[in-house]
Amino acid sequence: MSAATVFGLCAAALVGLGLFGVLVDPHPLRKIVAFNLLGGGVFLIFGITARRGAAAGFASDPVPQALVITGIVVAFAATALAAALVLRLVDETGRVTLRSAGSGGGPSNDAHS
Amino acid sequence: MSFIRDGLTIGAVAVGAFFFLAGMVGLLRFPDTLSRLHALSKADNLGLGLIVFGLLFQEDELFPALKLVGVWLLALLAGAIVAQLIARAAIRDRPSA
Amino acid sequence: MTLTFAFDAILALALVAVAAWTTAARDMFAAVAGSVAFGLLMALVWVRLAAPDVALTEAAIGSGVTGGLLIAVGARLRRNGASPGAEPPGAILRCTAAVVCGLVTVGLGAIVLLSPEPAPTLAPLAARHLPQTGLGNPVTAVLMAYRAIDTLLEVVVLLLALVGVWSLAPDRYWGGRPGMQQHEDPNGVLAFFARLLPPIGIIVAIHLFWVGSVAPGGEFQSATVVGAMWLLAMIAGLVDLPPIDRPGVRLGLVVGPVVFIVIGLAGTALAGAFLAYPPGHAKLLILVIEIPVTLSIAATLGLLVVGPPQRMPPG
Repeated sequence: MSAATVFGLCAAALVGLGLFGVLVDPHPLRKIVAFNLLGGGVFLIFGITARRGAAAGFASDPVPQALVITGIVVAFAATALAAALVLRLVDETGRVTLRSAGSGGGPSNDAHS
Repeated sequence: MSFIRDGLTIGAVAVGAFFFLAGMVGLLRFPDTLSRLHALSKADNLGLGLIVFGLLFQEDELFPALKLVGVWLLALLAGAIVAQLIARAAIRDRPSA
Repeated sequence: MTLTFAFDAILALALVAVAAWTTAARDMFAAVAGSVAFGLLMALVWVRLAAPDVALTEAAIGSGVTGGLLIAVGARLRRNGASPGAEPPGAILRCTAAVVCGLVTVGLGAIVLLSPEPAPTLAPLAARHLPQTGLGNPVTAVLMAYRAIDTLLEVVVLLLALVGVWSLAPDRYWGGRPGMQQHEDPNGVLAFFARLLPPIGIIVAIHLFWVGSVAPGGEFQSATVVGAMWLLAMIAGLVDLPPIDRPGVRLGLVVGPVVFIVIGLAGTALAGAFLAYPPGHAKLLILVIEIPVTLSIAATLGLLVVGPPQRMPPG
């Protein structure tokens, strides 16, 4: 069992853990943290694909590495936007949850400021 | 010759890792923030210094060795600043004693 | 061989353990600290997978800037005193989610274990055209020459995310300064640090940028270091947060993508395809693209962390 396989199984576990966090945790900021875990697992799968593609004198295939670098930057952009949405949600409703007050239902008609 | 270099590297890195372990034990066992900071900043800086010292034996040229020492100095600076900030916040936040 | 395998196994287990602890942590701040530690361990894993460029990017952006952003947001949430939200879902929902996630994990594990042998790879293709680009680092060649369109779109996505963050400001604050809390003590420890570190950081960033053409490094890592130095100066109160309608700020943000697009369109005229480089000028054009893009990304990353404007516009 090579290093790539070990980290591949680790990546599968990370995807499962991150997905569980996104689905189950009610606090939006915890969902964002779990989303980052999920993203890390997916990038790791790219990484082991790169490692297994070592050829032509490179220790690792450069194309998946470039994809992962792009992915990390875009994941940060998505995290920043999601965090700003959470802060605006708290400013508007005063509660940090994705459910509207009462039961889950139609959109609340808060005044736009 | 390379046997001596590798032996020195392994020895220094092992002692450095032991200092990191000691710092971690302090983090887990000490009762309050200030004593934990004390354990971490002393032990971790010394541990990192020993690890860098051990890795210096593996370098052949001067510039990468200077970069390693630069890494240690920057980590020292950052660790000192962060320890100060956490300590001030801890003193400000703790109930008057 | 078994010693390195043992190290890899321990590293993988530690990574999964930190992820599990982060998912299960009670406190918000503990979860954020766990994600920072997770990012740093991931950087080690990338080194073990022989991908040092990705390790640098993960440590800088995935762990550093994301951690700073989440800590700032968590502190603001605690300061606003937001009441806790909905209760965690019931046991049935949790069990169903656990089963689904378990199935996903098992499926991915099966894919990993049953991967085709020999592995498909694009490395020979990348190596064959590397001398034409004039670069020594194949990852930089992929980012800036083979798949330059992806990098252009990534820079634009960063800018769009910033526009999205800004659009979340209330109307009355549009054009104002972002509201990130600053420490106002000009003789304090943080101000001392913010005077000492940025010169060193800028030198490190220039080194990362320049060496990225032949060794691990490159523009994203360099831009993150520059952006972090700017953030440090802003947090310490040495420079005030810029109002978002200042033309200099907006010019700095768009100069990178604009130069990228202009050179791409010039490539259509001179070399036959969008973002194609005329032979012999590839390295020069890549350099001309990378410098403004680095500045734009640094500004964008810094502004993404400080968030939408929350103070009245000046004047």
